[in-house]
Amino acid sequence: MTTITQPRLAEPKGAVDGARLFDRLCAVCLTLFALIWLVPFVWALITSLRDDAAITQSPTSIFAGGWSLHAYSTAWDNHPIGTWYLNSLVISVLAVIFTVAFCSMAGFALAFLRFRGRALVMAVVTAGLMLPTEALVLPQFIEYRSFHLLGTFWALILPSVAAPISVFVFHSFFRGIPTALIEAARIDGASWWRVYATVCMPICRPAVSTVAILTFISSWNSFLWPLLALSQTKSQTIPVGLASLVDPTSPQYAEIMASSVLGFIPLIAVFLLFQRQMVQGIATTGIK
Amino acid sequence: MTTVVSTRPAPVASPTARTADRPTPSERRAGRLLTAPFLVIYLLFLVGPLLVGIVLSFFNTTTVKSGLGDFVGLSNYREVLTDSLFWQSMWHSVLFTLLTTPPLVILALGVAILASRIRRGRLFHRLAFFVPYVVPSSVVTLVFLWMYTPQIGLIPKVFDAVGLPVPDFIGSTSGGWTAVVLMTVWWTFGFNFVLYTAAIQEVPADVYEAAAIDGAGPWQQIRHITVPLLGRTTSLVLILQILASLKVFDQIYQLLGGGPDQSTRPVIEYIYDTGFTAYRGGYGAAATMVYFVIIVAISAAWYGLRRRRAAGSAA
Repeated sequence: MTTITQPRLAEPKGAVDGARLFDRLCAVCLTLFALIWLVPFVWALITSLRDDAAITQSPTSIFAGGWSLHAYSTAWDNHPIGTWYLNSLVISVLAVIFTVAFCSMAGFALAFLRFRGRALVMAVVTAGLMLPTEALVLPQFIEYRSFHLLGTFWALILPSVAAPISVFVFHSFFRGIPTALIEAARIDGASWWRVYATVCMPICRPAVSTVAILTFISSWNSFLWPLLALSQTKSQTIPVGLASLVDPTSPQYAEIMASSVLGFIPLIAVFLLFQRQMVQGIATTGIK
Repeated sequence: MTTVVSTRPAPVASPTARTADRPTPSERRAGRLLTAPFLVIYLLFLVGPLLVGIVLSFFNTTTVKSGLGDFVGLSNYREVLTDSLFWQSMWHSVLFTLLTTPPLVILALGVAILASRIRRGRLFHRLAFFVPYVVPSSVVTLVFLWMYTPQIGLIPKVFDAVGLPVPDFIGSTSGGWTAVVLMTVWWTFGFNFVLYTAAIQEVPADVYEAAAIDGAGPWQQIRHITVPLLGRTTSLVLILQILASLKVFDQIYQLLGGGPDQSTRPVIEYIYDTGFTAYRGGYGAAATMVYFVIIVAISAAWYGLRRRRAAGSAA
């Protein structure tokens, strides 16, 4: 496992105590640090439960003025948060489905099948790993406009599906599958599609969850592209919708913090459900 | 930018070495059909924008109406390369990178080492450090904007309590940089933390046991075993961080609007402004290409260095 300093019999006693003291000190530092890291969430939550007059008068005495859920109902009424959520959800789920389907198919073909142009496809896709796609929003915008895709959900789904990293995640998983298994299935008369869908896909469930989770997060959180691509419609995603509330002069602190809490609570829930796969996924691919 | 850090064993056999016979027509057809959907989307929507950008940069296209406009040759490039506002915004992106990379790498390394020594509370540490990373930038901005509010915000209060002078976080250039860097460190630190934590777990426990038998204390173990063994990871974290920081837009745009007076405007916001406020699509595309070449050059240099070093250590 990890770094464990096992107390050994041969060791002098002082060193053991020193190591234990050191670990104790590490634990204290780390806990303090983690608590500091949680402050913004807690502070947003506390603010959202108070009322604006009390906040302005005594910002740090958190019990002044009493607590209520009033800010949540005004936030929900004043902004189409529910619609934003639905838009984000539809876009991210569709992005995940298409990415997993198309990229796993391509990863499978590149790992097992011999066909004309395989080496070329591999080279082109590898080169794509180095493209900083976020830098290309302006030509991307003009291209999508000429395809009449702006203002549609497809505009947000297609860039996720085109990400070569997902193909590589699948490719490297598929290559870990012994070829004997595939040959056996072929000898039994399974078509290549069946080999892909019923033999290989069930085995590489970890790759599916890695790609799915990372695609979901990046699709859900992307900001600049939805800001541009959906500007003509009322249907915004949650990050862009909430960004329209950014206003340093607004005194509606509680309402804005209530919207923020509504913006992060679901993600914390998703994190708690999938934290292991999420961390695993980031560790095996350096998606950023 | 993305990288595959393969932790899987090397492939057992390459597909071509599998059987000596030639691929059957059905295998070839399956290969073509299975790659086609991805390949079409990839070529159209990932390679496509790059080609469109190259073409547009030679025309005086406007963003408001469709059509290419007139061919203007290299004049867009000439204008970008001599525009001091472009280079200023490029410098702001570089400055942001210089300000955020050291804390994000060093802090992540330090905290990951601390966390690796503590076996209890794994989930709690992950929650505290990694959850900010999955929260959208606009939510982070809303929360921090409230915490930066003069007089009544939490951060000015804390600065006051500690006795530090309170900078004008939103209204001044230096205060703005402080605000954006603090927020970014809080927001994205968890990503590097996870990469480091995964790498530390790969270090075999017996290395530490051997060191402990030799009488190495915990501090010596960290200095002489953990940190050197993480060299490759540090190089990866460093380049991912540099490339991510150079692409900064969300935080600066939302928190400061590139202000005050464009004094923090990053290069992506410059491109955004020329393309979507001044509607100069062709010119914006030329600026995009210049910026693009810089980013690709940095990542290519890193890949080259890494490959050479890998070849050197293998020999």
